[in-house]
Amino acid sequence: MPEPRQAQDVRGDHAPGGAQTSRGGVRAYLAGLGFAIVLTLASFWVAGTHTVWGPAVPILLAALAIGQMGVHVVFFFHISSGPDDTNNFLALAFGIFVVGLVVFGSMLIMANLDANMMPMEHALQTQH
Amino acid sequence: MSVVDALTTPVDGDTNIPLSERGPAAIEVVVGFGFWLFLLSDVVIFSALFAAYAVLADRTAGGPDGLHLFNRGLVLIETGCLLFSSFTCGLCSIAIERRSAAATYFWAAITFAFGAAFLGLELSEFLRMGSEGAGPTRSAFLSAFFTLVGTHGLHVTLGLCWLAVMMAQVATLGFRPVVVRRLLCFTLFWHALDIVWIGVFTIVYLGAGYA
Amino acid sequence: MLGKLSWDALPLDQPIPMAASVLMIVAIAAVLVTIVLKGWWPYLWREWITSVDHKRIGVMYAVLALVMLLRGFTDAMMMRTQQAVAAAGAQGYLPPEHFDQIFSAHGTIMIFFVAMPFMIGLMNFVVPLQLGVRDVAFPTLNSVSFWLTAAGALLVNMSLAVGEFAKTGWLVYPPLSELAFSPGVGVDYYLWALQISGAGSLMTGINFTTTILKLRAPGMGYGRMPVFCWTALASNLLIVAAFPILTATLAMLLLDRYLGFHFFTNAAGGNAMMYVNLIWAWGHPEVYILVLPAFGVYSAVISTFAGKPLFGYRSMIVATMAICMLSFMVWLHHFFTMGAGADVNGFFGIMTMIIAVPTGVKVFNWLFTLYGGRVRFASPLLWSLGFICTFVIGGMTGVLLAVPPADFVLHNSLFLVAHFHNVIIGGVLFGAFAGYTYWFPKAFGFTLDERWGKAAFWCWLVGFYLAFMPLYALGLMGATRRMQHYPEADWQPLFVIALVGALVILAGIACIVLQLVVSVRTRESRRDRTGDPWDGRTLEWSTPSPPPAWNFSVLPQVQGADAYWHMKQDGREQSGGRTPPRWQPIVLPRSTPVGFFVSFFSVIAGFSLVWHIWWLAIVGLAGMAAAALTHAWRIHSEIEIPAAEIARAEQARRREVSS
Repeated sequence: MPEPRQAQDVRGDHAPGGAQTSRGGVRAYLAGLGFAIVLTLASFWVAGTHTVWGPAVPILLAALAIGQMGVHVVFFFHISSGPDDTNNFLALAFGIFVVGLVVFGSMLIMANLDANMMPMEHALQTQH
Repeated sequence: MSVVDALTTPVDGDTNIPLSERGPAAIEVVVGFGFWLFLLSDVVIFSALFAAYAVLADRTAGGPDGLHLFNRGLVLIETGCLLFSSFTCGLCSIAIERRSAAATYFWAAITFAFGAAFLGLELSEFLRMGSEGAGPTRSAFLSAFFTLVGTHGLHVTLGLCWLAVMMAQVATLGFRPVVVRRLLCFTLFWHALDIVWIGVFTIVYLGAGYA
Repeated sequence: MLGKLSWDALPLDQPIPMAASVLMIVAIAAVLVTIVLKGWWPYLWREWITSVDHKRIGVMYAVLALVMLLRGFTDAMMMRTQQAVAAAGAQGYLPPEHFDQIFSAHGTIMIFFVAMPFMIGLMNFVVPLQLGVRDVAFPTLNSVSFWLTAAGALLVNMSLAVGEFAKTGWLVYPPLSELAFSPGVGVDYYLWALQISGAGSLMTGINFTTTILKLRAPGMGYGRMPVFCWTALASNLLIVAAFPILTATLAMLLLDRYLGFHFFTNAAGGNAMMYVNLIWAWGHPEVYILVLPAFGVYSAVISTFAGKPLFGYRSMIVATMAICMLSFMVWLHHFFTMGAGADVNGFFGIMTMIIAVPTGVKVFNWLFTLYGGRVRFASPLLWSLGFICTFVIGGMTGVLLAVPPADFVLHNSLFLVAHFHNVIIGGVLFGAFAGYTYWFPKAFGFTLDERWGKAAFWCWLVGFYLAFMPLYALGLMGATRRMQHYPEADWQPLFVIALVGALVILAGIACIVLQLVVSVRTRESRRDRTGDPWDGRTLEWSTPSPPPAWNFSVLPQVQGADAYWHMKQDGREQSGGRTPPRWQPIVLPRSTPVGFFVSFFSVIAGFSLVWHIWWLAIVGLAGMAAAALTHAWRIHSEIEIPAAEIARAEQARRREVSS
């Protein structure tokens, strides 16, 4: 029986997904699955129902999605905020920073261009 | 002059030394972290596709829009397939850690089946849209839709191929350290695809009509 | 059967491309024939092509960069001569469709296949040595990265002989680059070459970020890492975060061109401005990917040749990481004129000016490091001093361009061209040459000739100012970039001065070639026996020159910043030989041809995709997969260096040092 040590070295360092058994094992996955199912169903319910005030729906959907992503990171990737996860956590934070800049920066810039410039359809129509 | 005497034996087990000064990390940690960075870079690819989708979502050029094309019931089933495959993939990683070949094959097969089911549903949706004249060349919106969702599907396809190769590796090479490290990377990859899918079903399918 | 490929693809009717491609093919053939006739092939295959040693890969990157510099500079000379003669109605000797390919190829080659490989090559060679470890995190992946970069370079150069290159500028803006307006294969060559080499760059970024964060000698905490490693970390983080954006953006353009998608087309709701937005979300970080490692080189060189620790080590690191973050928040300044409102333009203008602050901190740190030091004016330091003066000018013209109203006047003018050459030549290329001269003895065991090195520096410095100061003036006078000819006779004298400057730079390049030839010929008299020719401060100088394959016989124990300097100060190096320890065997990764084969098949796949030869593309992709799978089943991936061999090497070194 080989020793069940994985991605957790003697230095006390930890890699994403490593050390399954010591980080919750099956229970962590079951908890993650449970949370994810609840959040997914909530998302689909929010999008389909009329009981929620309309303008709140996109915000609620975003919150549910971010929550579910967090559930996956914690329960499936086993990322914690502990000192042995500093590198993993900082890398994740940098990734989120870049993703946010690319998505929201592009949306802001392109919306601003659309607001200030003649839309392409109009430009094409005026040529005729 | 020599480096010899500038050197002493490496420290081990001394917890007073900060983690950053304890010397090179074990190969499992190095591989896991490197793959973590790859996953982040892959998510950045998706972020560019999401940005393109967000910008082009209302550019239907007179063609069909998302509200009329998407079938939320189907998407819910797809989401379930992918979520369960992510869960069984986690169970597979526990089986790998215990070095149990039988349990590894079992959970890998279930993971593969759910992944393949997801892919089949997605392909059927793509084919239906194509037959309704809503293919990717119809409008900028549909180009962005097919590229974003299709890139995710391509990742799932590659993941299935990878899983098949890994099972062949377990069968022929056994649980060598290098095989175990690759299996660990695969499970991370598979979980990451599920995270990206959360973004896809929220923004593309549930967000349709809010653009 | 052969897609769009036919005899028409050969430039038989165009004398200049024909002559150039014949010259290129003859040169390649001559090199290959020499290798075969001299019997060097087994050696090259065993020791270099299949090598996964970071030092060998670093050298190969530098060789690729130097060779491609010659190609890119040839393009530059053609543009300068064309613009020097094509005034006031004259058409010069280059027809527009050829001139357009030249400026596109010049930019593409200089950024992707000169600056990038040069910086990555220096990082490859130096970072593991400075960190006190034996190799990078993923040595085989490193080899794949290099060969994919080489594959991209080869594809770009193939376009010279077969078909054409893009005529759209180095960033292939749509809608011009869409199929409707660029039906030829030029844009496709560009796209596939960059996708292939971009994948290599991304792997490099992952590899080096992991190396620096996870593999350091015992005691090498973050506060003790050499500044070059810090700048390499920042640069590779940027690669990991930015190159995926490039891949995604180019993929969208490929889908437009190959499958009729509508991301950036004029019709069906496409938005060409989205391309410009996304490409610069990669493009601006790319600028810092190039210049940050160069900043690290200057830090190492200035500290060494001033004989002092770097002034403000911590502020240098904070500035580096601040630039790393800020570089992601300024990309709109590349398209102020595209039509965003004053608020958005203003925000990005201010963010751009803020980047000048950490950069200014760095400049003052370098100056204060020199202040009061015992400065030795060797050629690496000359490059660094030339950089400080030149880069400050380039930075200030950059701040001018960061002012949106000023940019409306200067956008797409030669002022802009002068600005970015000012920072890229003065910043990146000077850094590359400083690092090349500084670390050459470590790589090959003998120093480079100082006289030719100094001559090269002065030619480059003077040539740079002669070539680009007139462009600033021309830009202010209204000359736009990428002109095949121009009506104003008044502009011609300035263009002629710029040509003279380019000729002086040509002399500088000749000096660099001569420096190499002279140094190789006189290498016995310039051997570096100590391993420490410059009285260095960081761990790479504690190894022999060239270092053994395993770098360090025992991993060093680091006790502070400037680790090797402290070892020398404490006299720990003098006691060598008194108590020889028991050597332990060392395990190293085994060489593998997988990088070469993956890259070989990627060239086939790229070329056939360019020409729509679908069956061959499938062969290429299948070949790549087969190479990777074959590698996946390799069991013996490591070799063990026996303790006796290490003991022999250490004894030989001691004899060498004491002789």
